[in-house]
Amino acid sequence: MKGKAWKFGDNISTDLICPGRLFHLRSNLPELAKHVLEDADPEFASNMSKGDFVIGGRNFGLGSSREHAPTIIRIAGVSAVIAQSFARIFFRNCINVGLPAIELDTSRIDQGDELDVDLGAGLLRNLTKGDDLTFPPLPSVMRRILEDGGLVEHIRKHGDFNLTGGM
Amino acid sequence: MGQTLGERILSGKCDATVKADDFIIARTDVCLAQDGTGPLAVRQFEAVGFRAVARPEGTMFFLDHAAPSPRRELSNDHITLRNFAETYGCRLVDIGEGICHQIAVEDQVRPGDLEVGADSHTCMGGALGAFATGMGSTDVAMAIALGKTWLRVPRTFRVEVAGSMPPGVYSKDLMLHLVGALGADGATYRALEFGGPAIDSMPVSDRLPLANMAVETGAKAGLFASDEMTRQYLAAHGREDDFKPIRPDADATYERTIPIDAGELVPMVSFPHTVDNTRRIAEVGDVPIQQVFIGSCTNGRLDDLRVVAKMTRGKKRAKGTRVIVTPASPRVLRDALAEGIIETLVDFGATVTTPGCGACVGVHGGILGDGEACLATTNRNFKGRMGNPDAFIYLASPATAAATAITGKITDPRGAA
Repeated sequence: MKGKAWKFGDNISTDLICPGRLFHLRSNLPELAKHVLEDADPEFASNMSKGDFVIGGRNFGLGSSREHAPTIIRIAGVSAVIAQSFARIFFRNCINVGLPAIELDTSRIDQGDELDVDLGAGLLRNLTKGDDLTFPPLPSVMRRILEDGGLVEHIRKHGDFNLTGGM
Repeated sequence: MGQTLGERILSGKCDATVKADDFIIARTDVCLAQDGTGPLAVRQFEAVGFRAVARPEGTMFFLDHAAPSPRRELSNDHITLRNFAETYGCRLVDIGEGICHQIAVEDQVRPGDLEVGADSHTCMGGALGAFATGMGSTDVAMAIALGKTWLRVPRTFRVEVAGSMPPGVYSKDLMLHLVGALGADGATYRALEFGGPAIDSMPVSDRLPLANMAVETGAKAGLFASDEMTRQYLAAHGREDDFKPIRPDADATYERTIPIDAGELVPMVSFPHTVDNTRRIAEVGDVPIQQVFIGSCTNGRLDDLRVVAKMTRGKKRAKGTRVIVTPASPRVLRDALAEGIIETLVDFGATVTTPGCGACVGVHGGILGDGEACLATTNRNFKGRMGNPDAFIYLASPATAAATAITGKITDPRGAA
């Protein structure tokens, strides 16, 4: 996955990603995706390109469990969300909707850096800075769901949870 | 080896002795979704091709975030949920019939249950000795279909509360203190287990705000033993048969113990724009407030309205401060009417709105104007939370909200009592 880094700060809540005042668009996800991260950066949705990365600080995705938040990040064309740390429900929702979520030290990733991420190898290359960062694999249970493309795809494929092997 | 509450309850849901860090598949007893998250859950359920719901009697859909609906798109979402509930025999709680977590604890959740909900404040069920946790729409859709979910058994922070709360200080203040101390990610993935003499003697109505806001520390659950207080609560709601005692073991292993002396607590306020940005009331300074909101799953119950009525009886709200009161359920509204509380609030100058989430979530019912400040008894104050990113939300107890509504600026309830 290759693209540009869009840098956000700490504590980006799901209210900032998917505001309550746009609640009525929740059953129109393509339309809602045009407003992704609007209350954090009103220009992000219109300026980003498909394949770009969202970079966060601590506790990315805190707050409401609204799955629409990672879903519209994915629909907008973001390759992966990379953050110092994630809030629990948001992280699980990312995996469930097939959006890679990567936890690593983002302090040296800046706005506009060109990144090349190899999920399988656990490697992030910052082409602008010349940094290489490694990250550990997901817990096995989550890796299975993500590799199947998300939870609906996983259940459709197996008819049930098929998560043993990491249990 | 001794078990924490989380380990005990989850062991019962997968018929094995589980411990912290174990990955498990657990049977779900209660699954809930609301009008913001339910339509997506329905679509995901249908995308897999499911034709039946595992436990219709434990599956609930709530029309509470937009109640009554302010827009046709949301009305259509309501139709989607009504149709699904009817088709599969699930419970549908319609507009005005109450906030999801309030109805869940009034009517449904039992000690020992596993409750999952497509709403992050599902953790409120923990106040009844259940393992209750919030998830996304797809996770809950799969639980609705399959009757189970996967979980990692959490490690536990034990919150040990001794002493007794001084007058004018309430469990909301205890929770804001705890969130401020831990931080918004201080307990990520953990269960908070509340105990100690101050908790043992605390009625369930005061435990509910604590369990409700566990998620604001990043926690997976906010757990309480099922004890005599639980039995009394269930009996008061016609559900004494649902009671069973559940306690942690004295030799349970906690990752961390957080001692709190309730006698040292003071009224607290969360400042914009994060819940953990807390201040003691004496450090608040001069903060004029244009809107006071009293309601939500956190503090929209009869005991909250009683406190507000007692403080506002015979008084008038401040001229520049509108006051919105939104009871958490019809039962709360009915009881408040019977006790004359609603009359007191109306005479005070408050407006009373439909039982539901109301202004909390920024859909309708009290959206803020540019630059306005709101003091709310809710659980979240993120930028834009109440419908306008150019506004400021402060969180506090119902008592602090009442004192603030009288003066028009954030006010210590202990002076106003």
